[in-house]
Amino acid sequence: MSNDWYSDFVNSGFGKAIAGQVGLPPVPQLRRYEPGQPLLSGPALLGTATADGRVAKVVRSLLTDLGIEVHDDPNAAVGGGSSSSKVAAGIIDATGLSGPADLAEVQAFLTPVMRRIGPSGRILVIGDVPAEATSPAVRAARRALEGLVRSAGKEARYGATVNLVHVADDAVGADLESTLRFFLSSRSAFVHGQRLDVGTVPGFSGSSQGVDWDRPLAGRTAVVTGAARGIGATVASTLRRDGATVICVDVPSAGDALARTANDIGGSALQLDITADHAPATLLDHAQRHGGLDIVVHNAGITRDKLLANQDRDRWNSVIDVNLNAQLAINDALLGSEVFHRGGRIVTVSSMAGIAGNRGQTSYGASKAGVIGMVDATAPLLVEKDATINAVAPGFIETAMTKAMPVGTREAGRRLSSMTQGGLPVDVAETIAWFAQGASYAVNGQVLRVDGQNFLGA
Amino acid sequence: MPPTSSSAASSRPTLPRRAAIVGANRIPFARSNGAYARASNQDMLTSALDGLVARFGLAGERLGEVAAGAVLKHSRDFNLTRESVLGSRLSAATPTYDVQQACGTSLQTAVLVANKIALGQIESGIAAGVDTTSDAPIEVNDELRRVLLAANRAKSTAGVLKALAGLRPGQIVPEIPANREPRTGMAMGEHAAQTAAAWGISRTAQDEITVASHQNLAAAYERGFFDDLMTPYLGLTRDNNLRADSTLEGLAKLKPVFKPAGYPDTEATMTAANSTPLTDGAATVLLASDEWAAERNLPVLAHVVDAETAAVDYVHGDEGLLMAPAYAVPRMLERNGLTLQDFDFYEFHEAFASTILATFAAWEDPIFCKERLGLDEPLGSFDRAKLNVVGSSLATGHPFAATGARIVPTLAKLLHEKGSGRGLISICAAGGQGVVAILEA
Repeated sequence: MSNDWYSDFVNSGFGKAIAGQVGLPPVPQLRRYEPGQPLLSGPALLGTATADGRVAKVVRSLLTDLGIEVHDDPNAAVGGGSSSSKVAAGIIDATGLSGPADLAEVQAFLTPVMRRIGPSGRILVIGDVPAEATSPAVRAARRALEGLVRSAGKEARYGATVNLVHVADDAVGADLESTLRFFLSSRSAFVHGQRLDVGTVPGFSGSSQGVDWDRPLAGRTAVVTGAARGIGATVASTLRRDGATVICVDVPSAGDALARTANDIGGSALQLDITADHAPATLLDHAQRHGGLDIVVHNAGITRDKLLANQDRDRWNSVIDVNLNAQLAINDALLGSEVFHRGGRIVTVSSMAGIAGNRGQTSYGASKAGVIGMVDATAPLLVEKDATINAVAPGFIETAMTKAMPVGTREAGRRLSSMTQGGLPVDVAETIAWFAQGASYAVNGQVLRVDGQNFLGA
Repeated sequence: MPPTSSSAASSRPTLPRRAAIVGANRIPFARSNGAYARASNQDMLTSALDGLVARFGLAGERLGEVAAGAVLKHSRDFNLTRESVLGSRLSAATPTYDVQQACGTSLQTAVLVANKIALGQIESGIAAGVDTTSDAPIEVNDELRRVLLAANRAKSTAGVLKALAGLRPGQIVPEIPANREPRTGMAMGEHAAQTAAAWGISRTAQDEITVASHQNLAAAYERGFFDDLMTPYLGLTRDNNLRADSTLEGLAKLKPVFKPAGYPDTEATMTAANSTPLTDGAATVLLASDEWAAERNLPVLAHVVDAETAAVDYVHGDEGLLMAPAYAVPRMLERNGLTLQDFDFYEFHEAFASTILATFAAWEDPIFCKERLGLDEPLGSFDRAKLNVVGSSLATGHPFAATGARIVPTLAKLLHEKGSGRGLISICAAGGQGVVAILEA
């Protein structure tokens, strides 16, 4: 039994009947990733908007290599069924749009897909980067896809997601593999109505050759800050599941929970106040025990909520120090150290509050928006180390913190999203683990919301 | 012993070698009947072990051994260390044994583990100790025990009834362990008061030691010294006996206890502050060969150089109960060609402030050094600024068997911070014993 009594009710036999009759909004049960799970649970539809589409080929070979049934015609009969049988995914290559007229092809493909998409299905639109277009008509068409996707997201049901991936001119199909796998798999269960750019920071290099996709982090060493409890502990165990050795970091006063997290996943525990002057050096020193560092997850964060009218400097500074300054100091040390390996990955945690703002959270919102600025500016600096930095921006995630919220605030947080529910810590962790993959080398400087398309700041 | 193949030559390293102190973990120490009132020795030791396992990523690893013990022990805890390891995240294939040497227990276990490493019998091991005065064993009244055993031995119903006829109401009163020496019937504090009086240790000198212990410990916490030596437990993040605001003026107001027997002209000088309180807690220290540490890229904080254990006849021999270290240290110094002044840090267990002051006074006294130690010259004094620089038992508290495993890593880390140097450890123990050791970085 979850702590979401409404979801439990409308998903019970009796509740389902009542909900249907009186029109209560349903709460879809999301398919989530388990090791060994197939990428898709059924056939896929793969469309192409123009003859210039440049990614459909790689998508097709990825899916067919995995033994997934793929059809070009969105009205095709699938899986031995009919032309209305459910599909697990609908993917359209919308690159090469020459103007808004081409959008009709996208519509023509997606309309039947929206009717046929199954529970927790995946609708993925792949387009060019608007800012790379000089022609107003081309850029308009490219940008239009975002409005289409975000609106379709609000129409999708039964846990299906709709997302948009932009592919830079510099990127080729192979650069997309980890991203395609993430958005098509159930690792992205709570990523909905979002946009992600691939290859937009020039100079990236890497490969997805020979990756063990069941253990994509095998042989890598990761640091997770704030790992004692909550989302951080789940991030640590998810990275471990994907093969990484994890150094779990938290403040000394959380050391007992930290030790449990570390021992549960065969990692090591480092009790460290990340705001201390010696913190970056201590972190790198500890990482040498594991032969260096490949992944750093800046998850540690605090809230000291106060209305701005009642704010004071100490309270303000404590939030900025933990949520922002500590990350900046550690990143500086990583950039200047051989301990942080070539091809390293930094993943940081922003927040919906950093994008949309939140009452009482001026300091938290400032720090989490600051994180986005940090990602923007750090991404190009990491290119020479073949490293990347990205941020995840969680929306309403079910944790001990949200459990303690007043009922009204909590229910609004859950229901005011396309998924009509809160996400789970593992949803955030899956996104972080994907950013952390070596194969995600072309994904840099991105901020991805994991919020079930929350209506705040969308 | 490392695995050997039939054709290869022995893989034994060049021996003996010095055992390395790699790191440690303890739980904060709690005053008796407080934060850990409901925790057992096994709970605390298991938790301290798990914190150590987490710090060094040892989950599922088989270590050479774990040697630990407790002073106050339930009879069911005969295999306390084994049971704790089985409940911990260490590999169940890690062998264990229990040791009990009163307050010297976990310095002695550290010596035992270090010696096996030095001889190449093991590559790694944990020395530990734990004690609770809150969850202390309470025994059935001894007379009641005899009656029940006799009834158990009886072969007929009549015999059982005859034995049970020996039951008396007074036998309901249980045996509660007391901090008393069985051979003198005197409390440890009474013994210490006599020693203090014999050496003329003043109340002020004792209080100065006490204030320094608290202030040094508080400062060590402030600079994060214990961040990699301790893991919180049951809501406690620091030793709760610590009084960071201790002052001489404040301590001077406390009422003294233990008027020394046999010294009619001497006032009582010992107080609740300049004596260690009853405390609950557990401490562990990880030792290994340099090779074992290097394979895992683990730090070597310091090495164990030597150790010595002494015992004195406090019953008939006119020596103080807690004076054995005064004998152990000079024997160890001589063996190593060192003087008392050749150390950068002095870690003396503060059973009572007066105990260490009496020891220092003895070493400065030509007569004691000549007559008791057989030395032509006194050992002399040393720079007190190097004494217990991050606090000791008066501030941390003193779970008897855990104190050695608190002090060993404390000194090792101090030496590691300094970069090089030598430190002396001294722990007095009930029964007139004392364990001392030298570490070097």
